[in-house]
Amino acid sequence: MTIHHTSHAGAPLDLAPAASAPAARAAKKIRRLPVHKDWPLGVTIAIQVGILVAAIALWQAAADRGWIDGFFWSRPSDVYATLIKFFSAGDAWTDIEYTFGSTILGFVIGTAAGSLFGLSFWWSRNYATIAQPYMICFHSLPKLALAPLVILIFGLGLASKVAIATALTIIVSALTTYAGVKALDADQERLFYSLGASRMQVFRKLVVPFCLPWIISVLRVNIGLALTGAIVGEFIASQHGLGRAILYAGNTYDIALVWVAALVLCTLAVVMYAAVSWIEHILRKGIKQ
Amino acid sequence: MIDTMAAATKLRLDQVSMTFNTPAGPFAALAPVTLAISPGRFISLIGPSGCGKSTIFNIVAGLLQPSGGRVFIDGVDATGTIGRVGYMLQKDLLLPWRTVLDNVILGMEIQGVPLKAARERALPLLRRYGLSGFEYLYPNALSGGMRQRAALLRTLLFDTDIMLLDEPFGALDAQTKSHMQEWLLQLWGDFEKTVVFVTHDVEEAIYLSDQMYVMATRPGRLVETIPVPIERPRQRTVTLSRDFIAIKERCMQLLTEAHKSALEEAA
Repeated sequence: MTIHHTSHAGAPLDLAPAASAPAARAAKKIRRLPVHKDWPLGVTIAIQVGILVAAIALWQAAADRGWIDGFFWSRPSDVYATLIKFFSAGDAWTDIEYTFGSTILGFVIGTAAGSLFGLSFWWSRNYATIAQPYMICFHSLPKLALAPLVILIFGLGLASKVAIATALTIIVSALTTYAGVKALDADQERLFYSLGASRMQVFRKLVVPFCLPWIISVLRVNIGLALTGAIVGEFIASQHGLGRAILYAGNTYDIALVWVAALVLCTLAVVMYAAVSWIEHILRKGIKQ
Repeated sequence: MIDTMAAATKLRLDQVSMTFNTPAGPFAALAPVTLAISPGRFISLIGPSGCGKSTIFNIVAGLLQPSGGRVFIDGVDATGTIGRVGYMLQKDLLLPWRTVLDNVILGMEIQGVPLKAARERALPLLRRYGLSGFEYLYPNALSGGMRQRAALLRTLLFDTDIMLLDEPFGALDAQTKSHMQEWLLQLWGDFEKTVVFVTHDVEEAIYLSDQMYVMATRPGRLVETIPVPIERPRQRTVTLSRDFIAIKERCMQLLTEAHKSALEEAA
């Protein structure tokens, strides 16, 4: 309607150019802004659950009818039975507690030490320059390759798992926090010094709060890395833990138990990820980002 | 070392100069500058970019050690010491994680005033000087003009007799700028501070100041001192008066000359 109206109004005023212009324009494709419509939450969830149910049903059917080898693939009904047994008779809670404990310890130690390490670079540029190549070297090193060594040094217990989880998380925190330190506005520092601030005051009142968003941004990455570290530690040598349960079940061809342990591990990971996301949300609100 | 001439002088620069060593050889950012400013006066430094205005400020604030000369505050040698003057930059540099109130008390906090006492002192000032209702907001909720007000109050509450203002209104639109000028004059009248003001805007410099120092580049130096003998309080319309225009003409002439000679030297 609007287009019609405009051409009508313009035509009597300026005939000559108007006559040629529409012809040239006709070749141009008329497009509309793509409209993206979100489905209701209920529909999305229903589809998500549907996919899961369908996948499990397909798995069960395939194993029952011999499309896949039920011995190696196991089947949902067996997995469910093993799950019940794992929680009622097995060491489910000991294993969960063990893996959870080493992950959280590694996460906290690695994140805290890494952040402090990164912040410490603010104090001296010379020190930062000297440390830089070592940091990059340690960062690019596949730390899991050193896991057997860590087990030898820290023993078969919890300490070695915590050490591997810490090694994976510490460097990410340190590098990210250091990126924050480098992003600090020199004028902001000058303002503090013009007010007569000491180095310690600048550090506490400017550098630390300024770098907090960087420190927080690695929390979610680190929780995943810490879990990986703990599991790998358990793979190599351990008496407990979900990683050990998976390895043990695999070695004894108890495939259903592999699935059960993996399932529990997955749940644990999701719970920890959600908890860290929540902490991140609270912290971000606290610093008004 | 106490200067006997000090009684009438708040801030004195004695042959202050600055030379930077660059790969291309020494670069004279500031030729020896000598000037004396009486207490409670409003002084402007005006000149093209690179004339050493900011260098002077950094030296006075103690953020830069001059290559030569001394800075005296109240007759005491203050060269290279920080925390003696309030210094405000064009950027407001408010901390986004602090409320306006807590930003404004930063100077006092650093000087060791207890938080509660500092807040009690700052609150009435925030309310009297146009930040009422913004005290507990975070800076990102404020307009450019309001942010500059907060930054200026932070400088003021730092409680030094001298305030160095480095193009504080440079980034504001014309209307806000003129409001801020009135507001600054009100503050200056109420608190009897000695203000040194840097600007590119000739009209702003004349309107606000008791005296202006015109500067030139290569090397950065003072070329002339122009007094502004216009009575206070000044009306906005004073910018149309004959005296005002005469000063403005003189000023523009000096700046054009400086600009020309800089171009010739470059050619």
